[in-house]
Amino acid sequence: MNDDKSIWSWDHALAVLPDLLWTFLTVTLIVTIIGSAIAAVLGLIIALGRRTSPRPVAGALTLVMNFIRMTPLVVQLLFAYYVFTTVPPIVLGTVIIGIHYATYMAEVYRAGIDAVPPGQWEATTALSMSPARTWTAVIIPQALRATLPALANYVISMFKDTPFLMVITVTELVREAQLYGGTNFRYVEAITLAGLIFLAASLLSSVLARRLEKKLEYTTA
Amino acid sequence: MTENLDALWRALPQIWDGVFITLVLTAGGALLAIVVAIALGLLARFENILLRGFARTIIELFRGTSLLVQLFFFFFVLPLPPFNLELPALFTGILALGLNYGAYGAEVVRGSINAVPAGQWEATTALSMSRSQRMRRVIFPQAWALMIPSLNNLLIQLLKGTAVVYLITIVDLTAELNRLRVQTDVFFAYTLGLLVYFAIAYLLTLGMNALESRAKHRLGQGVKWRDAIAGTPPVPDMKGAGQAA
Amino acid sequence: MNTPPLDTHTGAIALEDGDVPAILFDKVEKRFGDHVVLHDLDFTVRRGDRVTLIGPSGSGKTTILRLVMTLEEADDGYILIDGSPLTHFERDGKRVELKEKHKNEMRKRIGMVFQQFNLFPNMTVIENIIEAPVHVLGLSKQEALARGRALLDKVGLPDKENAHPTQLSGGQQQRVAIARALAMEPEILLLDEVTSALDPEVVGEVLNILRDVARDTDVTMLIVTHEMQFARDVSNRVLMFDSGRIVEEGTPEAIFSDPQEQRTRDFLSAVL
Repeated sequence: MNDDKSIWSWDHALAVLPDLLWTFLTVTLIVTIIGSAIAAVLGLIIALGRRTSPRPVAGALTLVMNFIRMTPLVVQLLFAYYVFTTVPPIVLGTVIIGIHYATYMAEVYRAGIDAVPPGQWEATTALSMSPARTWTAVIIPQALRATLPALANYVISMFKDTPFLMVITVTELVREAQLYGGTNFRYVEAITLAGLIFLAASLLSSVLARRLEKKLEYTTA
Repeated sequence: MTENLDALWRALPQIWDGVFITLVLTAGGALLAIVVAIALGLLARFENILLRGFARTIIELFRGTSLLVQLFFFFFVLPLPPFNLELPALFTGILALGLNYGAYGAEVVRGSINAVPAGQWEATTALSMSRSQRMRRVIFPQAWALMIPSLNNLLIQLLKGTAVVYLITIVDLTAELNRLRVQTDVFFAYTLGLLVYFAIAYLLTLGMNALESRAKHRLGQGVKWRDAIAGTPPVPDMKGAGQAA
Repeated sequence: MNTPPLDTHTGAIALEDGDVPAILFDKVEKRFGDHVVLHDLDFTVRRGDRVTLIGPSGSGKTTILRLVMTLEEADDGYILIDGSPLTHFERDGKRVELKEKHKNEMRKRIGMVFQQFNLFPNMTVIENIIEAPVHVLGLSKQEALARGRALLDKVGLPDKENAHPTQLSGGQQQRVAIARALAMEPEILLLDEVTSALDPEVVGEVLNILRDVARDTDVTMLIVTHEMQFARDVSNRVLMFDSGRIVEEGTPEAIFSDPQEQRTRDFLSAVL
């Protein structure tokens, strides 16, 4: 089997496929789901923090946020990996990718909050509503309608960034393919199948995301 | 701290080499990406179903699979039959970066062209302009100003994407940082690295902002000036027309 | 207009006949950047008054309403509601800002209906109406629902309780907005060009509701409108504004039929 010089070997393809699918389900999907949850929550906290904090605090928060957003995830992963040596790489990777994407989400939330018409804020003042109630009952629900499609796109984006975790030894989909290739000297099938799995998942989630977007559009009488 | 600075001083030539490689990857990748983006973005708008389908397939293929999949595919699979293409690692990196971000760029190009107000298209029809005239002289210049902010975001992402090429043996800044970490310590090496990347990203953003103001400025001046230089028949001033929408 | 001096300790102030005005503006100044909208404005509204402010756009009429609703804050001078300071008071000759808690209490007595309705699109009609009574006034949900339903009935939309604002026409949305404001049982109701954004056919239905409100309650109303007939029907006082100053004031009959000032005459002949 190691002397196989054919362009494509179905034997190898079938051999590697189960491992790839298993890794996809247990690593890629889990990292994406948990990472997105971290990003969605932390992003909202950052957006609200920037909006409601006094100027210097908001300014500092913005600076840190931009610094994380504009520097490579890879370097951030390596940094964390060599500092927190006792934490399992997959946990570390999930948290770091979550934080990295929280900075994107924060910008999306900010745009969503800014898009809420000023008249809504004025109505809450006219009704003497408390700030807490204003945010939870009026502003955030409306902001989310605009931001959910963008958030969905970032989830898909994060899912395609999970291979970056391989730099800190997390065996996700691409690394799994690379390991098979390295052991069996057959890269074609492994990497192609990995790519196809990504493609299938990506196209499927794009379709779902578009449906979500349609569902959330307001229709006026 | 002083040992770290000493080690840094000694490693400076290699660090600079790493930065240089990163910049080459970024520039090369960006150049390829913009060509791919414009080509695919325009192709995706043709009526011919074959051309449109081809463009869409390439776009979805490179957007749907991860950068690392493409990177490893080009590195491991291209040298084999049926491609038999042995590229230096650096070119492989540029190829993967350019195609991946070019595919995303194609969507930005397509979206921006669609965002040019309908009135502009209608005006070109009323003036019986040919399709290529219309695109070159009216639509694309306006779309260009609209697409720069999104392209800036992609450029920053491309820069961040270069950090992974050390996995296919390219000695970029991140590879040098990994080396520096051993000679100094984790905090020093990577913090320095992040600052360098941040500085590059910031400068790129400034550059793109300047590009955007220049593009908008040129729209404000209208088409007349260029006509005067090129000697082509004058086109009526469309300055006001585009502001509707 | 001469106003008695402020009692700086309680901030309370009385009119000549001993009655406390619902709204009092004392030398109020409001600027937007370099543009001075209101300058040294003295202005009184008595309890139960129905005052209409007329005048060209930019004359400061809407700004007055927004100042009362605390959507803007005056740069100088004092605003008193029922004799108590709204946002600032004077202590030892200095202008001092009130604590947020006090401002909140004052705000609860004032309600506003907006030109753009500003209903909450993520809530149903009835949820819009009971939101503030439950969470601000502390009513139980049942009490608020009862109040809300009665008001929906009064504005002629009893069957729209569970509809979403986006499913309603402009006129219907504005009627819901009126119900939402009245659900707070405010002492002062501010109406800011409430029919200007409506199709002409539905203006009437909204104005009729407001005529009923004027007739059936004794809420103090401060109105900015271009609907002159409505102003005549409902107001007991009309004030003509221009460039942030009161040009003329009087009863509707006096102002509309026999304006004294040239500026008033010019404005009325242009709009009527």
